[in-house]
Amino acid sequence: MFLFRDLVSPRTWLAFTHNVTGFVIGIAAFVVVITGITVGTALAPIGLVGLPILGLTLRFADGLAVVERARFAVLLGRRIPAWPADPRRGYRWLLIPRRATFTGRATWGEIGYALLRLPVGLAAMVVTVCVWAVGLVAFTLPLYGWALPGGSASIDGTALRGPLVQAASVVAGVLLLLAAPQLTRGLATADAFITLRLLKAPSGLAARITELEISRERVVDAAGAERLRIERDLHDGAQQRLVALAMELGRAKAKFADDVDGARDLVDQAHAEAKAALTDLRELVRGVHPPVLTDRGLDAALSGLAARCPVPVAMHVDVPVRPKASVEAVAYFLVAETLTNVAKHARASQVNVVVEGQGFPGTLTIVISDDGIGGADKAGAGLSGLASRVAGVDGSLTVESPSGGPTIISAVLPCG
Amino acid sequence: MRIAIAEDSVLLRQGLTLLLAEAGHEIVAAEGDAEGFLRAVAASKPDVCVVDVRMPPTFTDEGLRAALLVRDQWPDIGVLVLSQWVEERYATELIAGRPHGVGYLLKDRVADVAEFLDALRRVAEGGSAFDPEVVAQLLARSRHPLVSLTPREREVLALMAEGRSNSAIATALVVGGGAVEKHVNNIFTKLGLAPGERDHRRVLAALRYLGMG
Repeated sequence: MFLFRDLVSPRTWLAFTHNVTGFVIGIAAFVVVITGITVGTALAPIGLVGLPILGLTLRFADGLAVVERARFAVLLGRRIPAWPADPRRGYRWLLIPRRATFTGRATWGEIGYALLRLPVGLAAMVVTVCVWAVGLVAFTLPLYGWALPGGSASIDGTALRGPLVQAASVVAGVLLLLAAPQLTRGLATADAFITLRLLKAPSGLAARITELEISRERVVDAAGAERLRIERDLHDGAQQRLVALAMELGRAKAKFADDVDGARDLVDQAHAEAKAALTDLRELVRGVHPPVLTDRGLDAALSGLAARCPVPVAMHVDVPVRPKASVEAVAYFLVAETLTNVAKHARASQVNVVVEGQGFPGTLTIVISDDGIGGADKAGAGLSGLASRVAGVDGSLTVESPSGGPTIISAVLPCG
Repeated sequence: MRIAIAEDSVLLRQGLTLLLAEAGHEIVAAEGDAEGFLRAVAASKPDVCVVDVRMPPTFTDEGLRAALLVRDQWPDIGVLVLSQWVEERYATELIAGRPHGVGYLLKDRVADVAEFLDALRRVAEGGSAFDPEVVAQLLARSRHPLVSLTPREREVLALMAEGRSNSAIATALVVGGGAVEKHVNNIFTKLGLAPGERDHRRVLAALRYLGMG
């Protein structure tokens, strides 16, 4: 009975649609990708022409993968997990592929898929359509056989005549039609299997490698950005003040002979300038890595941050065993950066910082919450930089900041 | 006063020596490492010593440990610790045990010569001198809520924790001595501290309350 039910089941006809549309998409994909790759590669030596063509082709393959994932989901109910967003895979000026785009496994999976779509789609479509058509034709032979030229159907000149032959044709038709739904669905499943191989993000070890590659890249970028910030801070802060100090002292030197009072004023200014330069330098060093963090650990180092924050900070630190230095540094940086952000943007009246360590090797949990206006931009330079630093020690960062507040930033860092 | 100096940077050691000598003090020793400094202190028994926190060989907290040794061995010698950065945690270690005759200041404060000399004199006389930055950290990390204090009282508490006398607090806040006295009494009442404590003993009370010692 179920065999008959399958004949009208939506699953069967969705799979049928899938097998037919797969072929149609396959033709388009094959033509575009083969043309794009051939022309693009041939013209690649003339970079200005070839690279954008290759870029367009790769983007087409990207888009095709998106469409196909949706098609498999809608028609077959099969989810094909997409690759995690990889900032390295991208395009300069929208068209020129970056190096990582060429070398990425995701890219070649998509290109391979675009090319295989045609043969796979063709086979699935031909078999599906044939089995349904032949089954229908054979099943209904007695109804229309008499109307055919010569009064009957014929195969290779042998006429299918007589009640016995006609009955056999009907039976064969019934058998084919009963098998058709299974065949249709089976082909769709096989198609999904091949697609999964090509378009799915790798799991387990391979995924971990990709994740590490991405986080390594981000850590290197974050370190570069940090160096740039230090350079800028030194240049705008202490260096300018020292220049001003030297100038004032120079002017004072010249004045001492005839204008002692003026010289004294200049020395006063120079004195103030020198003290301001010292403060700038101290703040800068503290932002990079406070010595007390190495000497006495996180709890002691966070006191300085709490005192410097213009918003009142309630701090609860319970870290019985010190985690390794790199984790301490990331934790410190996370709290420092977040308190700076709170002071700058949150319009909060109170910040709570909770840092708790769960042994070694265990995890370090950091939760920073404020009662400000919320709406922190997760994709902004500040928070994505923090996420990079946290990812660099294999930790995870969560940001909850609905518009209107409150903002809760939490991180879990492995200590071992 | 007879002063011993421990500071590894030659430039700063000479600067300090000159500054203190010009102010009329006698420099009995100026050493570049903790070991030499401790030997010099044992030999010359100064009134007060000025010690840098970071010194060779490890450049972490040798100076602080030397200062703690001096504090434990010679209770009459005042110890003023100088550092490029001040940390509430180091201050806590420094006053644990003997909360008088100690000081802990940012190196920057030396630039304000008169104030620096005043702090040094307080330490030599058995008082205390804590950097405003240390006190700010203590207030921020206080074990007890300070919400019952008015902003003015918080200011007075901070100055008191720095080790300043009533008259110094009055000058700093540009108010009369009587007003300061009233604030101090209010603070002690609100925080439940024994009233009537004078000078450095009340500093200790304030610091204890904030979680040090």
